[in-house]
Amino acid sequence: MCGIAGFVAQNSGHCDRQMLRRMIEMVNYRGPDASGIHVAGPVGLAHARLSIIDIGGGHQPMHNEDESVWITFNGEIFNYVELREELLKKGHRFQTQSDTEVIIHLYEEKGEDCVHDLNGQWAFAIWDSKRERLFLSRDRLGVRPLFYATPSEGFAFASEIKSLLTVPSISREIDLAALDEIFTFWVTVPPRTIFKGVSELPPGHSLFLEQGHVRIQPYWTLDYNPSIGLQREEEARETLLELLLDATRIRLRSDVPVGAYLSGGLDSTVIAALVKKLGTTHLKTFSVAFEDKEFDESSFQNEASEFLKTDHEGVLCSSEDIGRVFPDVVWHTEKPVLRTAPAPLFLLSKLVREQGYKVVLTGEGSDEVLGGYDIFKEAKIRRFWAKYPESKLRPILLRRLYPYLKSMQSQPDAYLRAFFHVRKDDLSSPFFSHLPRWDMTSKLKMFFSRESRELMKSCNAMGRLDAELPSRFRQWDNFSQSQYLEAAHLLPGYILSSQGDRMAMAHSVEGRFPFLDYRVVEFASRLSPQLKMKVLNEKYLLKAAVGDLIPRSIRHRHKQPYRSPDSQSFLRGGTTGGKKGVLHEYAEELMSPRAISQAGIFDPERVSKLVEKARAGEVIGVKDNMAFVGILSTQIVVDRFIKNFPKERMT
Amino acid sequence: MTSIETDVRRYIVDKLLFGRTDTVVNGDTSFLESGLIDSTGVLELVAFLEEQFHIKVEDEDLIPANLDSINALTSFLERKSAASVNSQR
Repeated sequence: MCGIAGFVAQNSGHCDRQMLRRMIEMVNYRGPDASGIHVAGPVGLAHARLSIIDIGGGHQPMHNEDESVWITFNGEIFNYVELREELLKKGHRFQTQSDTEVIIHLYEEKGEDCVHDLNGQWAFAIWDSKRERLFLSRDRLGVRPLFYATPSEGFAFASEIKSLLTVPSISREIDLAALDEIFTFWVTVPPRTIFKGVSELPPGHSLFLEQGHVRIQPYWTLDYNPSIGLQREEEARETLLELLLDATRIRLRSDVPVGAYLSGGLDSTVIAALVKKLGTTHLKTFSVAFEDKEFDESSFQNEASEFLKTDHEGVLCSSEDIGRVFPDVVWHTEKPVLRTAPAPLFLLSKLVREQGYKVVLTGEGSDEVLGGYDIFKEAKIRRFWAKYPESKLRPILLRRLYPYLKSMQSQPDAYLRAFFHVRKDDLSSPFFSHLPRWDMTSKLKMFFSRESRELMKSCNAMGRLDAELPSRFRQWDNFSQSQYLEAAHLLPGYILSSQGDRMAMAHSVEGRFPFLDYRVVEFASRLSPQLKMKVLNEKYLLKAAVGDLIPRSIRHRHKQPYRSPDSQSFLRGGTTGGKKGVLHEYAEELMSPRAISQAGIFDPERVSKLVEKARAGEVIGVKDNMAFVGILSTQIVVDRFIKNFPKERMT
Repeated sequence: MTSIETDVRRYIVDKLLFGRTDTVVNGDTSFLESGLIDSTGVLELVAFLEEQFHIKVEDEDLIPANLDSINALTSFLERKSAASVNSQR
């Protein structure tokens, strides 16, 4: 796990070593153990290392025997042991025990097709000096980040956007079309990022730079072909368990100790249970507990830890903590977020690091791959209801949704019906499952300034996403379609980045995701939707497959998605007795009419009315909360990345 | 305009429209259909009604026919306050 950066100069220019150093130093928290730079004429590769495998030998950038192939690599190739054996049989000679060197030899053997053999999470760049070609690759599901830019004097790439923004000729300007996407989907659709001049290499894609020309192509795509039905449940259960065990086994490969997150939910408990089943005697687990009981799951965390006999450590997170660290959180997410949920994970990775760990296994991906999200359930109920819209009984099922949302549960039936009501055209939309969420999020656009709204008039976020859908999308069943929308967009764009890589790496911690082993993903794509969500029982097959490996109470508990306190986190002093509260100082400043006008993105009058409401403690609804967090985080992006961007890394 | 209607309008403009004037909310504009109220926003509306008008909104009152437009709210509030005056007699 590491940070990477690089530059290829155009028109017989030279790569500036100092510039490259500034780029990689910007993300040195990604790899505080060592750093390396290789410059040869127009090409420069840089690396910040977090030593996990082959501590002594894995320095980067690394080269092959004749130094014609150079690599800078962030991530892990979990099947490197097996690949190494095969390569040895073919006559390759290795200098180190690292997985990095395995990629080099595999590249020598197979060229860019080497990626098909890799089981892991990666972002790497290979400079092939014989072909004078730069080859960038990102893992199938987007666990590891990779961005690039094409300023006039060359081509630049890096693990994080802030490295690219140190290059003087790369402009630091917000892309309003990207904001329009974030205020619809919560994420941008790659290659678009929040910055105009910066692109994201999409998951599962390769990029080639040859003679100044950039070519991007997919090497792997999500596909759904559900051929394994209920009648083969037993066999499917066994296969899933075997695959998950092996996915976990190879993710324990490390020369430093590996811990695990334990949220109290099904997925992380399953992963911890699999680690124990594989024979690990001592397992350190970590979790976040909340002061606010509405969000807290510590009783389940403790139960899971006792059941699995793990050595458990937790961090108690208050609203105050979230408000305090939020600006740093946004410095790491590098994009606006509509929830504060990344912040507790930022605090969690700090705990992990303080406890001497730098690798954790974690349960992300299970909901996308094995059918856990409420949005899948919601879509199922809405579709079922839409068949007989006059039915009085069918909409009662809506109560089964969101039992953990206090405000939703106390909502009258008539309102639930009105909100989830299926409109005439909705059923034929490819985005049926996501329309309520996206429609609601889009309502936040009313906070944009008149100028922004004018410039955004031509934006059509859903139209653009529609055009990007895979050609087979419309042949998939409804359940697979909603799974795709989550797995292809929210997963890499938010879950694995804003809540994943960025929060963990902020404190030099690497996350590993057994549910995202591509063998698990490909197997799950062959399961019928009934095996994933049986009637309204989410992740049915997973629960059946793990059985008594986990506590019964966790297997049967109602799924509670991970959430944290939103707008109230920015209030200081509370609002008791009708007294108005005050926001954190930076929030008061960034949300002030002056700062809002200066940034020009939002409407100062509307924002001040929202702030007024927040100060009075009246921001209760989901929409207002998202608006508050979304506007504040956008203002932080403008402040930290545009207005006050550090020329060099701050110490 | 009655004072109830004025109060309700002010609440809608300040707290739901955040001061925007480009959206016309007529007496019978549906809050739900126009997206003024999100899936959880009705609770906020109820909190406002109870605090501002010193009434108790009962579970059976929670239907769009009572709460989903300015006209509906105004007549609901008038009925409510008449009932509370009656019950005090």
